[in-house]
Amino acid sequence: MTALLQLDRVEARYGPVKALHGISLEVAEGELVAVLGANGAGKTTTLRAVSGTVRRTGDVIFRGAKLPRRPDAAARAGIAHVPEGRGTFSELSVWENLRLGAYTRRGGVKEDAQRVFGYFPRLEERKGQQAGTLSGGEQQMLALGRAMMARPKLVLLDEPSLGLAPMLVTEIFQRLERMRTDEGIAVLVVEQNANLALAHAAHAYVLEVGKVVVSGPSDELRANESVRRSYLGY
Amino acid sequence: MLLAAFTWTEFAQQLTAGIRQGAVFAGLALALVIIYRSTRAINFAQGEMATFTTFICWSLMNHGLSFWAAFPIVLVIAFTGGVAIERTIIRPVENGPVITIVIVTLGLALLLNGLMSVIWGGGSRPFDGPFSTRTIDVGGVPISVQDIGIVVVSFVLVGLLALFFRFTKLGLGLRAAALNRDSSELVGVRVGWMLAFGWGLAAVLGAVSGMMVAPILFLDPNMMQTILLYAFAAAVLGGLDSPVGAVVGGLLLGLAITLLGRYVGFVGDVLKLPAALLLILLVLLVKPNGLFGRVTVRRV
Repeated sequence: MTALLQLDRVEARYGPVKALHGISLEVAEGELVAVLGANGAGKTTTLRAVSGTVRRTGDVIFRGAKLPRRPDAAARAGIAHVPEGRGTFSELSVWENLRLGAYTRRGGVKEDAQRVFGYFPRLEERKGQQAGTLSGGEQQMLALGRAMMARPKLVLLDEPSLGLAPMLVTEIFQRLERMRTDEGIAVLVVEQNANLALAHAAHAYVLEVGKVVVSGPSDELRANESVRRSYLGY
Repeated sequence: MLLAAFTWTEFAQQLTAGIRQGAVFAGLALALVIIYRSTRAINFAQGEMATFTTFICWSLMNHGLSFWAAFPIVLVIAFTGGVAIERTIIRPVENGPVITIVIVTLGLALLLNGLMSVIWGGGSRPFDGPFSTRTIDVGGVPISVQDIGIVVVSFVLVGLLALFFRFTKLGLGLRAAALNRDSSELVGVRVGWMLAFGWGLAAVLGAVSGMMVAPILFLDPNMMQTILLYAFAAAVLGGLDSPVGAVVGGLLLGLAITLLGRYVGFVGDVLKLPAALLLILLVLLVKPNGLFGRVTVRRV
């Protein structure tokens, strides 16, 4: 498998503060990759560096081409970023949120929406409802559904478990698995819950203060006693 | 006597006049709201932008075009001008404090006002509107064709805009960009262009208002200033971030000042504006966000 996404010594900063000190990582096509680490390690910034929503240097290569750092470039190249706080439009209806997901292309909106409703039947029931009135779990489903509407090759997912009941989180990760196997969508997921993320991811990268400190196949990381204790905290 | 004499025929006429005024306020208030939603600032140049484009219409008609031939040309010029203003003058201060943007629009108003005096000269001049001022009989009430025309044109435009915002992808993108800039960029909306597009639409709305009122008010560089004041009031009344509110607020205000001015003796012509503002103050005391102001429902 060739790398779908490749980060080569990517650095990123917020004003004078450097948040990433040269991150290199790879995501293969249709693969689920987890980014782990403590608060402030640079997990969210890593995703933002990919989607170009933070000032970055170094190369982000997607499908063999360098990704320009324009705000809408990532979306147009086939990367759907579900940011912290899910990035749904609370004032717009569920249906309008889904339409926005398909913003970068023409046609097929109805068919794609049907596919999304296959994954998340709740969204169909709540089609006309204001997104802000959905429960936390439903909003996460809407965020994922909206990401799917873009027919992406890669979904960047920031803390899907945040604020959700454990059962819902399991459900969300099951849907991610299905998106991966049925639609061939690769996922780069940032997650606090290391145990959960490693259970579903093929590969994982552990960050510490803006650097990759450990990386490898999930099984190996899980089996490695010292990694677990020093970096994953369980 | 406090209350003036009352007949139903005259009341119907006053009602029509009120709706006609309200339709103009509504159009201009909607323009203010569209810009407020995307730029988070009141566009004080809205009136001058409208007058400027009306002058362009006057020039085209002076060169032999009929009103309806000039009309679409003016709309295109207005749209292009609105986009150009956003791209060149507003964009550099877009991320600055709101007060900076407001000052820039004030400066733009002065600039356009001066330009109009230089190009077309000051002083007012008659403007031949598209509608005749004769009256027709509507159910026993004589109503001027001009009033009907202005109302129809204004509402067709507002209706088209509503459909555009609701049902087109571009309209959805515009709304999204106004609501949440970051999330819009993540789904691939070109936010910068959306803001410019909003200014273009606002300029078109203003141009239509200007061309509709010019036959009544006579055309001069300061023509829209009072109307802009009423439009502000209408927008605040309806809720500054609500397009529906702008239209309803405009209509209510038009009706209120017309009826108050006619039927409440001491208000007359002179106290119309203060009376209207008092009314708005009372509404805002009860509903601080305006009649249709945004109340976000959010569950966490």
